[in-house]
Amino acid sequence: MSIKVRYFASLKESIGRSEDNLEIAGLATVGDVWRYANPNKVLPDNILAAVNMDYVEWDAAVNDGDEVAFFPPVTGG
Amino acid sequence: MDIKICPEPFDPWQEIQAHQSSVADMAGKFGATSIFIGTMRDFNEGDNVQGMTLEHYPGMTEKQLEKIVAEAMRQWPVIDALVMHRVGDILPNEPIVLVAVWTSHRGDAFDASRYIMEALKSRAPFWKKELLKSQSERWLVKNTDGYL
Repeated sequence: MSIKVRYFASLKESIGRSEDNLEIAGLATVGDVWRYANPNKVLPDNILAAVNMDYVEWDAAVNDGDEVAFFPPVTGG
Repeated sequence: MDIKICPEPFDPWQEIQAHQSSVADMAGKFGATSIFIGTMRDFNEGDNVQGMTLEHYPGMTEKQLEKIVAEAMRQWPVIDALVMHRVGDILPNEPIVLVAVWTSHRGDAFDASRYIMEALKSRAPFWKKELLKSQSERWLVKNTDGYL
């Protein structure tokens, strides 16, 4: 299946890229997507996840065509 | 409801006036307008700050702000709301965020605008990176506490 992964802010800087386009079978959850895309990267504390621009937990399911995003706590306003 | 992500500086007072004038059926209906404006400071955590870059997640930002305002409109009888937020490079004294809420009575205006502002702070995907006078840069790690 096809998954677009996006990274923002300090997380984007620390892993050195803003997105990945994955073509892989067998990714069931948001946590799987992180581990596949960043196999050697310890997950920084407090990272948030979204699927198709809605917040989700790490065990949320992913489906073909989803956009998964990872980012640090938000600091707007 | 109007939500605007602004890559350029904006004048919140002109925006409030323009919005209020543009919604024809609002005239005579509202008795209270609550306004929150967040402005960039030139100091933070004991350091002099000379600029800021605001990154956001296009699409998710609008989606989350629309949900937040819709939640407020379900909880309080809001006649209309305007939310604006800067992105990009910002200088001290420039407005960052505007939340304006029009209601019949003051209690609903205060409560709904505070709800929108606090929810924006914790859920809208914006990230601030400060440029200090010392020329070093740093990402803000978390927002200051509100009073919810």
